Amino acid sequence: MAEETIAGGSKRDRCITGIDALDNILDGGIPRGNTVLVTGSVGTGKTTLCMEFLVHGALDAENCLFISVTESCDKLMNNIIPYEFFDEKLIKQGRLVFIDMPVIYAQLGLEELEFEMEEVDVLVDALSDIVTELQTKRLVIDSITSVCYRLRTQEKIREFILKLGAVLSAQGCTSLLVSEISPAEERYSLFGVEEAIADGIVFMGNLERRGDLLRTLQVVKMRGTMHSRAKYVLDLTHCGVLLVPLLKGGSVAGGV
Amino acid sequence: MSVSVRVAQRLETLPESSAIALRIRADNYFDTIRGILDSFALNKGLDSIYVTSTIPSQSIVNALEVLEIDLEKIYFVDCVSQFMMDASSKHENAIYVESPTMLENVMLKVEYLIRKTIDRNDLVILDSINSLAIHNSTKILSEFLHMFVNNLRSKNAYAIIFSMEEYESDEIRNIMNLVCDETISAAEV
Repeated sequence: MAEETIAGGSKRDRCITGIDALDNILDGGIPRGNTVLVTGSVGTGKTTLCMEFLVHGALDAENCLFISVTESCDKLMNNIIPYEFFDEKLIKQGRLVFIDMPVIYAQLGLEELEFEMEEVDVLVDALSDIVTELQTKRLVIDSITSVCYRLRTQEKIREFILKLGAVLSAQGCTSLLVSEISPAEERYSLFGVEEAIADGIVFMGNLERRGDLLRTLQVVKMRGTMHSRAKYVLDLTHCGVLLVPLLKGGSVAGGV
Repeated sequence: MSVSVRVAQRLETLPESSAIALRIRADNYFDTIRGILDSFALNKGLDSIYVTSTIPSQSIVNALEVLEIDLEKIYFVDCVSQFMMDASSKHENAIYVESPTMLENVMLKVEYLIRKTIDRNDLVILDSINSLAIHNSTKILSEFLHMFVNNLRSKNAYAIIFSMEEYESDEIRNIMNLVCDETISAAEV
C-alpha cells in the first residue's frame, strides 16, 4: 500500500529485509517487486545477506525461494550461519524452499553450454512458473553470473534479466540476484549489462585499511526509494548481518 | 569510604543513558572497576559490556575473580589479545576484535552483545581512550567516540569511558568533553 511522503510523493510498498540497518539505509526496505543485484567479490557476505533476507521473509509468512546455481543446496545448508532466529519448520512448512538450478536445466533439457535465444525464454518461463506455483514473494538466484556464463552475449543477458525482472515484478516478487566480480573489477557486474538493468545494486566489498580488512556494504542504486549511498562496515553474526557506518577519517583510496 | 563505593554512589546520581568520562589513575584502577561492576551495575540490574584495549580480557577476568565479582553478566570485547597473538585461554564471555584500529568492529561487537542481552539494559565501559589513541589518529577517534556514544544513548545504555589521568593530552580531554555528559575523577569523588 503506497503512503504519502513529506515531500509529497507516494511511497512504494516495501519488502522489509529484516536486516534493521539495511532497512534504515533503504528508508524502510526494498520497494516491493524490485530486482536487485547483490554484487561483490568472494567472501564479502553476499550469500549470507541473501539468506537472511529469505529467512526473515519466511518468518514473516512470505514464501521464499533460493535457487542455487553454483553449489548444491545441501552443501549450502551445511555452511550457513546458525542464525538464532532460524527455525527449521520454515523449510518443512514450505515457506523456505531451496532448488538447484542444474535440476531445472536438466528438466528443461538445457544441456548445451551456451543457450540460444529461445532457450532464454524457456528458462524465464520455467522460473516464472515456479514462482507462480510456490507463490514466491522473495527470490534469490545465487549466482546470476553463473547463469550469464551460459548466455554469453550481452543481448541474451539483457533479454534474460529484463524478462525475468518483468515477470517477477508482475507477481509482486522481490528478487536478489547475486553477482560475482573480481576484487579489481571497476564495475558492478561481470558482463556490464546486469547492473544497468537491475532496479537496485547493493555492492559488497573488502576495504583494506592499514592492513585491516573490513567487509563493506554500499547501496549504489535503488529505484523507488530514497536511500543512503554511504559505505557501511558489516559483521556476519548469529544475530544476523550488523552494519555500522564506515569511519571517514580512516578511508583510503584503493579499497574495493 | 573506599574509591569503589564513592564511584558507585556518584554514578547512581546520573540519569539513564548518560555518557561519562571517568578519569582514573593506575593506583585506583581496579577499585574503580569494582565500584562500577560490582556495585553500580549490580544495583541497577545492568548487563555490563567491557571493551578493553588496554590489557587482555583474561587479565581483567583474573583480577575480577580475585575480587570475587560475579562474571555471569559481564561480557568482554577484547581488542588486545588477538592483536598480541595471545594464545592464553579465552573466556566464554569474551569476543575478540582483531586490532584496536578496527573501531567499526568494536561498535559491531558491542551492538551484537547488546542484541544478545536484550532483556536488560546495558552498561558499556570503554577501557581506555588513551590506549585507543596509541593506535588511532585523533580525527578517527573523535569520529568513533561520537558515533559510539550516540549509538549507546539511543539504546538507553550507560557509556563509561576511561581516561588514564597520567596519559591524558589536551586533545583527549577535548574529545571527552565534547561527547560525554559528565566528567568524573575517581580520585576526587
